[in-house]
Formats: sequence, structure tokens, C-alpha cells
Amino acid sequence: MTDRAAISIADRAATATPAQLARRVRGLSDRAIAWLFIAPTIVLLLAINIFPLIWTVYLSFTNYRANRPGRAVDWVGTRNYERLLGSEDVWGYLQATAHFVSWTMSIQVVLGLGLALLINKNFKGAGFWTTIILIPMMLSPAVVGTFWTYLYQPQTGIFSYIINAFADVGPVDMIGSPTLAPWSIIIVDTWMWTPYIMLLSLAGLRSIPDYLYEAAEIDRANAWQKFWYITLPRVLPFLMLAVLFRGIENFKMFDLVVELTSGGPGSITELASINLKREAFEKWRTGYSSAFAVILFVTVFGLGNIYVKALNRVKQ
Amino acid sequence: MSAGATSAHSVVESKAVGKWIAGLLVMAYALVAVVPLAWIFSTGFKSPPDSISYPPKVIFEPSLEGYVNLFTNRSRQTPEYIESLGTATTWYDDIVRKRNMVITGPSRFKDRYVNSVVIGFGSTFLAVFLGTLAAYGFSRFRVPLKDDLMFFILSTRMMPPIAVAIPIFLMYRTLGLSDTILGMILLYTAVNVSLAVWLLKGFMDEIPREYEEAAVVDGYTRLQAFIKVVLPQARAGIAATAIFCLIFAWNEYAFALLLTSGNAQTAPPFIPIIIGEGGLDWPAVAAGTTLFLLPIVFFTVLLRNQLLRGITFGAVRK
Repeated sequence: MTDRAAISIADRAATATPAQLARRVRGLSDRAIAWLFIAPTIVLLLAINIFPLIWTVYLSFTNYRANRPGRAVDWVGTRNYERLLGSEDVWGYLQATAHFVSWTMSIQVVLGLGLALLINKNFKGAGFWTTIILIPMMLSPAVVGTFWTYLYQPQTGIFSYIINAFADVGPVDMIGSPTLAPWSIIIVDTWMWTPYIMLLSLAGLRSIPDYLYEAAEIDRANAWQKFWYITLPRVLPFLMLAVLFRGIENFKMFDLVVELTSGGPGSITELASINLKREAFEKWRTGYSSAFAVILFVTVFGLGNIYVKALNRVKQ
Repeated sequence: MSAGATSAHSVVESKAVGKWIAGLLVMAYALVAVVPLAWIFSTGFKSPPDSISYPPKVIFEPSLEGYVNLFTNRSRQTPEYIESLGTATTWYDDIVRKRNMVITGPSRFKDRYVNSVVIGFGSTFLAVFLGTLAAYGFSRFRVPLKDDLMFFILSTRMMPPIAVAIPIFLMYRTLGLSDTILGMILLYTAVNVSLAVWLLKGFMDEIPREYEEAAVVDGYTRLQAFIKVVLPQARAGIAATAIFCLIFAWNEYAFALLLTSGNAQTAPPFIPIIIGEGGLDWPAVAAGTTLFLLPIVFFTVLLRNQLLRGITFGAVRK
């Protein structure tokens, strides 16, 4: 009984005081709650992301090898960076990455935007078919890579079989041939990620108010003009956001390609991340590969910065 | 333009013929996109010889051999020895003996799958728990350097996994966390928490502040208002976020490949190494792939209306 009385007195006191003060009277202050809520996340990220990152930067200036923990570690200055930037092989890996990123992005933008324009016609069953198209996007890239090696089998695979149904070219060795291998990964990535571009384009299309088209109709604009002056400018921010995000992801591409071609034949499809894994975890050149990691990270971080700015623009 | 423009309906509505063509084209794309998935699903029910026949068999006699091979280890025996065992007592023994093999024990697939489930749910729970708190903090309070902190959180997600894998490998080796379930849970939590914070902040921003303010006026503390008013309101958002985190942890491959080997390995690095005699045992690989992908297909269909939000860190909403 006395308890309840006490509470109601506190209550009355609290409601009588300004809201800010009242909150402070009852338990934790807003500021304390805010920090209590945010701090664990920040601490976890500092421990598992930032601390390792600083360590990578340090290692990139040494000749450390992780498979020989006992050996003395020497400071080698910028030698790892000089070697990396002077190496023709490294430029080759970066070129392979650029080839992969630019082709996947261009093909996926055309297909994705095209599909979005079609779906936006709102035919019967559009929702169902859209959902079907979205499925590949959410699957595990490594597992997808594995089963595509089966589809790509030159003698028995269904891919080669379907190609031969249209053109009699004999067994198509997508993974083993140096000219086709870069396309084998582009095809699978396109299969997986076109839905991403499609989904964002669709969001862009649906954000366009009807009255713009109605006004264009009154002005006797033709279909092409409507697309060029109304649709495209409105969809472009969404499209750029999608390309930037997928571009960053494909720049880091690892899992799908490891299981699909593992960088081969030779090092034709050896993208930057795959080479990094080889240097770091097969050759155990920890110092050298840390320098490579730093270079990749700086690139991604730069792109990420642009990405966030684009995000904010789309939000408005 | 033509009649469509002058009809009483909105000019934005497409004409019937246009709709038909659009529908057919989209359907054609969807069917082509589904072929690889359908093929892998059906390969799981083929016998090994059928899986490598040419031309590829669309119609075949279904067999559970792939699934049996996926879950068992087998060894080849002489026909005489198989004969001496008498008739098989179970259907799976029967399948295996027809290939002159006997089952020597369960394979590691079940363990890997269980690891995937444990690590997936563990890291999802932690990431969503931390993410909900942080998102509420960012959504409702004036935090100094808020935008910088939010960007910092997002930027951790941008890092190439292989680039941070080197020091994490060294760190885990020192701490004794390599190849442990706890280590993987912590790692995936750290990767997922950025997604969770961004998504949940979006959901929290949509809950009107007036509800909490009313609750505070009614005598709730800020903490009580959060637990009793905000959390129930954010339930749908929290569920969607959890599914996105779960899918990511489920699909992750790079860290699992580099940081686990025997004990805490998840299914993605394991499925490619299901080796049969004379190369890959495709029906077994297909069976493993099917079992691994089915939950994700289910969740994708379930989440279809929230997908856009999930893949853009909450920036684009429908």
C-alpha cells in the first residue's frame, strides 16, 4: 500500500516537472541510455573490424609470414607496396577484375532496367513472376558456383547441350577455355544479380508520379521522349545506387568465382580477391598480401564514400 | 497518340496488347532463370550414371541415391562379400549394395548443416539484439557525430572479407577462437550488425515518437517505454531484419573457408568437396545444394515485399 502511494507521489512530481527533467528523475538519463545502447555495437565493430584493419596496415610494412610465427619480424618500409605497384601480374589481376565489373554491370543494367520497364506494365501475374526472378539473388554464391560447374560440364552439361541445340559447335568448355572463362563468371553473376538492378529500377519507376506522363501526353510527347525526359532522369539515381553497390560487391568478388573457376585457366579469371587469398593463405606472404589488402580496402572505401552520398541523394 | 490516349482511362495504364507482350517477355526470362535451379533439383534425384549421360536426361527414373550418398560414407567391396551379407535390411543399404558398396558410417554433411544452423541463428540473434538497441539510440536520441558513426558502421560492411581475414586469422589463432563456433558467431555478428542497425533505424524512424512520449507521461521510464511500446511496434521490422541477417550468415563462404576446417565448418565450404569415386558425385552435390538452398527460397518468397529494403540497407522503401 505504502509502495503504491510512494509511486503515485513520484508520478505526480514527475508530471509536474518538465518532461526532460522528469525522465532524469526516473532512472537513466537519455544520454546514458543512448550510449548504453550504442556502445556495444561500436565496441564489437572496433574489436572485430577496426583493430584487425590497423593490424593489416602494420603488417603491410613488414615481411611477416603467418606460417612461421617464431621468426623475427622485420620492418621493410614501403617495399611491399613498391613491389605490388611495380608488378605486371598485379595489374593483370586488377584488369581481370575491371573486365568482370564493367561487363557484369553493363549487361545487368540493360537487362534489369528492361525487365523493370516490362514489369511496370502491371500485367496479370506480375507479382508472381517477379518473385520467381528474385530467387537467384538470395542464394549462396559459393554453392551457386559449385552447381554451375556442373551445368558448364563440356561433355555432359546442359549449358553446352542448349548451345548445341541452336548452333552445332561441339562441346562448349566454358570453364576450361581461356577465351570463354571470363564469360562463364559474367554469365553466372548476371543470372544471380540482374534481379537486384531490376528491383531498384522498379522502385525508381514506381516513384514517378502519373501526372508527369499525363502532362507529357497533353504536350503530345512520343514514347521515346517520355522515356528520355521523364522516366530515365527519375530512375537514374536508383540505377546508379544499384550499380555502385553491385560494383563494390563485384570488385570484392570472391566466393562465386573461387568455386566456379578458382581463377583459372592459368590466371585468366584470377580476380584481385582470389589472388589475395592465394598470396595470404597458400603462399603465406602475410606482409605482402596485407599491403594488397590495404590497396583494395582504400579503393573500396573510396567507392563506399560515394555510395553513401548517393544513398542520401536517393533518400531525398 | 491513338485511341488509348483519348479513352476515359488513365493515359498511364498500358494498352492490353502491350501488357500481353510484356507479360510474355518477363515470363520467358523467369523460365530461363529457373532452369538452373530446376536442373539442380532434379539432378538430386538422378542416379550417378544418369547425371552424366549425354544428351542430358530430362526424364529419368528417380532415385534417392544422391541423398543416401550425401548422408553416408561408403566403401567398395567385392560382390562375394556383398553376397555374404545376405539381403539388405533397409532401403538405403539396398541402394548402396547395388553399387557394390557398404555404408561405413554417417558423413559429415549433417554436422556441417547443424553448424550452419547454430552459427546462423546465434549470430542473427546477437546482431539483431545489438542492432535493435543501437538503432533505437540513433533513431531517438541526439548522439554526437551521429552521421559519422552511422557511416562508420556501414563502412565496416564494405571491407573485402579476404582483406580483414588475415588479421582475424592471426587474432583468432592467438585467442584460441579459430575453428570454433563461438568465433564464427562473433565474426558474423560483427558483419551483420551494420545491416541490422541501418535496417532497424529505418523501421524505428517510422514509429511515431508520440507513442513513447504518451507512455512516459503515463509514468513509464524511457527504458520501459522502449520495451513495452517501441519493441512491439517494431516487431515486423525486427523479424524482417533477422531473416536478412540469417540469410547472410547462412550464405557466407570466405570466412568459413579460411577460418574453419574440422570443427566449426559450415555447409558452403563443405558442399563443393563432397567427392565420390572418380570425381564429384553430382547427385550427392545436387542433393546437398537442394537441402541448403530450399530454406532460402522459402524465406525469399516470404520476404518478397521487404527485399528492396533489405538489399539497400533500408535506403529505398516501397
